[in-house]
Amino acid sequence: MQIEQQIAEIQNVVDDVLKMAVGKGATQAEASMSKVQGIAVSSRMKEVENVEFTNDGGLGISVYVGKHKGSASTADLSTQALALTVEKAIDIARYTSEDPCTGLADEQLMATEFPDLELYHPQDLDPQHAMRVAIDAETAALEYDPRIVNSDGASYNANLGMRVYGNTHGINAGYPSSRYSLSCMMIGAQGDDMQRDYAYTVSRKPDGLKAAAEVGSEASEATVSRLGAQKINTANVPVLLHKDVASSLFGHYVSAISGGSLYRRSSFLLDKLGEQIFPEWLNIEEKPRLKGGLASSNFDAEGVVTRDLNVVENGRLAHYLFTTYSSRKMGTTSTGHAGGIHNWIIGDTGHSDADLLQEMGTGLLVTELMGQGVSVVTGDYSRGAAGFWVENGIIQYPVHEITIAGNLKQMYANIRAIGRERDVRGGVQTGSVLIDNMKIAGN
Amino acid sequence: MSNNVARHLLTDSGLEISSLEQALGQIHRHDTDYADLYFQSSQHESWVLEDGIIKEGSYNIERGVGVRAISGEKTGFAYSDEISPAALDKACKAARTIAPAGGTHQVRGLSQGSYPTRYEQDNPILGMAEAEKVALLKAVDAYVRKQEPGINQVVVSLTGVYEEVLVAASDGTLATDVRPLVRLNCSVLLESGDRRERGGAGAGGRHTYSFFSSDENGRPVYEQLADDALHMARVNMQAIASPAGTMPVVLGSGWPGVLLHEAVGHGLEGDFNRKGASTFSGKMGQQVAAKGVTVVDDGTMQDRRGSLSVDDEGTPTQRNVLIEDGVLTGYMQDKMNARLMGVKPTGNGRRESYAHLPMPRMTNTYMLGGQYDPQEIIKTIDRGIYAPNFAGGQVDITSGKFVFSSAEAYLIENGKITAPVKGATLIGNGPEVMQKISMIGNDVALDRGVGVCGKDGQSVPVGVGQPTLKIDELTVGGTA
Repeated sequence: MQIEQQIAEIQNVVDDVLKMAVGKGATQAEASMSKVQGIAVSSRMKEVENVEFTNDGGLGISVYVGKHKGSASTADLSTQALALTVEKAIDIARYTSEDPCTGLADEQLMATEFPDLELYHPQDLDPQHAMRVAIDAETAALEYDPRIVNSDGASYNANLGMRVYGNTHGINAGYPSSRYSLSCMMIGAQGDDMQRDYAYTVSRKPDGLKAAAEVGSEASEATVSRLGAQKINTANVPVLLHKDVASSLFGHYVSAISGGSLYRRSSFLLDKLGEQIFPEWLNIEEKPRLKGGLASSNFDAEGVVTRDLNVVENGRLAHYLFTTYSSRKMGTTSTGHAGGIHNWIIGDTGHSDADLLQEMGTGLLVTELMGQGVSVVTGDYSRGAAGFWVENGIIQYPVHEITIAGNLKQMYANIRAIGRERDVRGGVQTGSVLIDNMKIAGN
Repeated sequence: MSNNVARHLLTDSGLEISSLEQALGQIHRHDTDYADLYFQSSQHESWVLEDGIIKEGSYNIERGVGVRAISGEKTGFAYSDEISPAALDKACKAARTIAPAGGTHQVRGLSQGSYPTRYEQDNPILGMAEAEKVALLKAVDAYVRKQEPGINQVVVSLTGVYEEVLVAASDGTLATDVRPLVRLNCSVLLESGDRRERGGAGAGGRHTYSFFSSDENGRPVYEQLADDALHMARVNMQAIASPAGTMPVVLGSGWPGVLLHEAVGHGLEGDFNRKGASTFSGKMGQQVAAKGVTVVDDGTMQDRRGSLSVDDEGTPTQRNVLIEDGVLTGYMQDKMNARLMGVKPTGNGRRESYAHLPMPRMTNTYMLGGQYDPQEIIKTIDRGIYAPNFAGGQVDITSGKFVFSSAEAYLIENGKITAPVKGATLIGNGPEVMQKISMIGNDVALDRGVGVCGKDGQSVPVGVGQPTLKIDELTVGGTA
């Protein structure tokens, strides 16, 4: 069946479910439905390990009976299960409280145009092809260096899916998307020291992935470079977050400026709109309609149109991010951020990665962050780290079993430079980030 | 075997036990050593109170079958969110493509083993009227506001899960299980001038919701949770910057057992050891922890969050001693890794759902108690940290490096607990830290039933526990 036809069928289901909800007493209702088919194939030591055929889908509905909300969802898409799901949602709305802020997004905010964002690049879900790619990656990885003694395996995933959203304002829109990825994790040994590291590539297009051999070699290069890691002394030094781990720094910013954290007064960036958070040269743009983008969408999870936004302008907090509910709690309107952000591009200072090491001089290059020691309420930051000790711009030796700590407010203000070479494998595209004066805890 | 479970998952969908034997036979027409079918239905609900009102309620239903075919070290897997003869047949034919046609293995006749039930069999979602669930949330909110009259933010959530599973395998295993799971969480935010601090606490287990109103030391469980949440926020309101560097650390009893889960638990899972990927690989029989340290993983504990009557491969759970008096004595195994390593499965084969492959996973992992009074332990330290409460953790099982983040901690100065310090990440190396445990308290406790363990993208409920422990050296990731 053609994908357009499948989407049309799902739109019909969404339509039926919305009608059913209204028939049972809902004043407003919204439903979303997704279906994803895929394969996940892994190899280990150049032999096929797992072949998984995945097939996921589900329908979620929220109903509003006056200002009372109820939600329900199902992975079982039989007519009987759908009817039960609607009934359950209505039933729940009998017990939730009246809440003046609840309800669908404002009708005038609904997306009305749906340009093709080039998110769907289908290819046959062929396990044989997937096996070859995974084994190619591992072969290159195992041949990279004699210190690579073992493998945690390589894995190739391909997913083809679609998402439909509809509500009783009349919007009922869907689009298909694809996602391909390849990852490889290797184990190296030197004396008693055993280390692992990985590499991965992800794209909407099957031919947008890095070559398998390159991914394998990168995994082994990263693994070997960690061998012989040492612990360093407790100190205050500049820290260079490698681009592979730097996006998390902006992930915390997303949490802190999200409406949900604001109306709960649970953010260290509460009441800071317009204030200087980052250095003046730093801008962050959101581009929801980036062609082929991993976080692209014409509308958010409530049907609200997405728009380009200068989230950070000249280092200032230019916009908070709101869903419909959080915007009403804060007396404003939705910014189209139900379900998260859409492609953030972090500004840079024009440095290459090598320039950044020079710019740092002596300090710590961080290539791995561990744990969840970050509080968006206070901005307090303390995470496990591994990486490399750098002196006069030159990498000296690998470092592990240390923490880096500070407070996000100071860390953001202390960003000295951001590299121009970006990691584009996620919703936040950033280069490596150089932060002055962080506390390293070690010996 | 529960006839109800078999009826709900099979008969109602036009399947019989004989259809399962036929389906497994279909898979064995290819060159496979083992195959299993995992039928599951689950209901999940959650209720959230915020701003003093019942803000959200949701209900989720899920139902499906997962089919696995194993040939040597290779696994083929397919699943369907529909249970029907046609869907089962399709999934079997997809899974068996892992091996070429022409199998020799026979399917053993399915027969139900016997095993004790480790928890209540009632459906918590149906076991309490909606109005009562709402009343429970409001009671927690009212209690918090009575203790802290000016408080602005109180969030209370209640979740309940009811699952029915049926496992049938080509080795003749046939097992059913009925699994309730409930949880209550309370989160508060205190403000003073510009300063804001959060506190949270949760509890649960394989119970019905009445557990939360039941008495524990003469007061309802929910009141104690609310007190704990408020206590954490109040302590953190006074907290000064945490020190940075390597120092002695005393971990409280109960939930700080997250340490064991990360420092040794994952490293003792069978798959990592079969592959030689764990820092504990090949160390069976060796001294891997200080003398006096005994760690068990016990899936049989009554009503615990991490407990299972049978695991997700139909193996009855057991009490597995992983480390005894510091010596490594056992790994946690599922069927496949046990077979490949030439040992018996230990009842640790778990999966998030029918749509996920089973792996060796922990159940309730804890350290047995020792001889010291916790106060005696504190007295031995001139300068260090006392950490009675933690947030999550993470481990790299290959290098052994693990982290976990304190949620409530204090300085120890001259043998006394003094100022509270801000949350900080603690980092160490599993095998080294286990050797540096120098004092073990006599106050062993399990957590209150809130643990979630993630591995390869799959989440399962677990329990952790330990007595108060002194670790001679651990790196504390503060700023001071």
